[in-house]
Amino acid sequence: MAEAAHDVALTVNGTSYRSTIEARMLLSDFLRHELKLAGTHVGCEHGVCGACTVLLDGAPVRSCLMFAVQANGSELSTIEGLASASGDLSPLQAAMHEHHGLQCGYCTPGILMTMTAFLREHGSPSEDEVREALSGNLCRCTGYQNIVDAVLKAAETMRTVAP
Amino acid sequence: MKPAPFKYIAASSLDQALSLKAEYGDEARFLAGGQSLIPAMNFRLARPEVLIDLNGLPELAGIGQSGAETIRVGAMTRYRALERDEAFLKSCPLFADALPHIAHPQIRNRGTIGGNLSHADPASELPAIATAMQARMTIKSAKGEREVDTSEFFAGLLTTSLESEEMLTEIAFPVPKPRSGSCFMEVARRRGDFALAGVAAIVTLDDRGKCANVRLALCGVGDTPVDASDSAASLIGQSCSEAAIEAVAVDVQSAIDPPGNVHASADYQRHIAGVLTRRVLAAAHERVVHG
Repeated sequence: MAEAAHDVALTVNGTSYRSTIEARMLLSDFLRHELKLAGTHVGCEHGVCGACTVLLDGAPVRSCLMFAVQANGSELSTIEGLASASGDLSPLQAAMHEHHGLQCGYCTPGILMTMTAFLREHGSPSEDEVREALSGNLCRCTGYQNIVDAVLKAAETMRTVAP
Repeated sequence: MKPAPFKYIAASSLDQALSLKAEYGDEARFLAGGQSLIPAMNFRLARPEVLIDLNGLPELAGIGQSGAETIRVGAMTRYRALERDEAFLKSCPLFADALPHIAHPQIRNRGTIGGNLSHADPASELPAIATAMQARMTIKSAKGEREVDTSEFFAGLLTTSLESEEMLTEIAFPVPKPRSGSCFMEVARRRGDFALAGVAAIVTLDDRGKCANVRLALCGVGDTPVDASDSAASLIGQSCSEAAIEAVAVDVQSAIDPPGNVHASADYQRHIAGVLTRRVLAAAHERVVHG
């Protein structure tokens, strides 16, 4: 069947983008190949590993399990938007750095996006809640312990800093 | 690009979606949450010619008012919306037990109840929950509307009785009667994986504390969700003693014919089904007695 082109307009980390794409282009590929935002990583491309997690209108989703055309009109947040414009790390990023919450770093963008959304709703999470929230993101290096420590530390930092 | 090319149509109304499906028939698939269909397309296991996207149709999403005898849930209602509706979870507590087992938060933010049921994966939780609750499915096409129960809806492995021009639009869940307790448990290899076996139970007691009614359904142990309420019927009129529950578990184990898979042999699935049957019946009973 002939492929029609579709116009999409969306914002990523506050910047507006317009593009014309094939319907079959996954949102993950759109971010990486069209918008050149290659911080969103692609692992399994069938929804298991979580590396491609982005925030769609604030909610974490697998960008490999959506077509880019479906994100028309949406606001996306990706790893590129977490640090401030001047390069200051977000509290979660800083805690991941301090606690050595990453080794190869491949899963890290997905974990940061998942846990950024989680921390917005859970100011004082228990370790069990953190582990449950992490269950959709695979990491093959760290054994998770340092990631859990980092998320708990980030929650603590955010409680102290928040007004 | 991973998926094969397809024609994409974002439906702007339910009527339009239904008339498109009537036009394209089996060549077209409805795109709901996409959390099963898109992986299948990424592997090119599914190659629909046309995708009719339902995500722009708010009329298909929504949870009916709690407090009614029956709660109607729109097919495009996402797991996350169900998970966050306290009143719904209170009325239909099997969902409170089952939803956390469905994949992960990222998947639950997209996946829908109608997409799940229409996909008819026998290892999935919701087909068994719908079976235990005796849900009624509203099915629409451009020509009309019909309502079926779960035994008619789930026709086989990944197969429903939906005709090529039809859509599951709404599911009606009868709220369990007063003095009922529910419980769902499953065993999976990892958190969020499909169940090796799962069991849902609803136990209703009479004024004397004897079992007045019992519903029992399993996932992961057959081509469709398995309604094992007949195996549990021996409880009716009895007190839910350990021995009475054990008899049900033994009957369930002989009644089912689990397929076995790479993660669990048929014997192991049968073993889990027995253990979980005992546990959910005891827990459901406990929840009536002690709230």
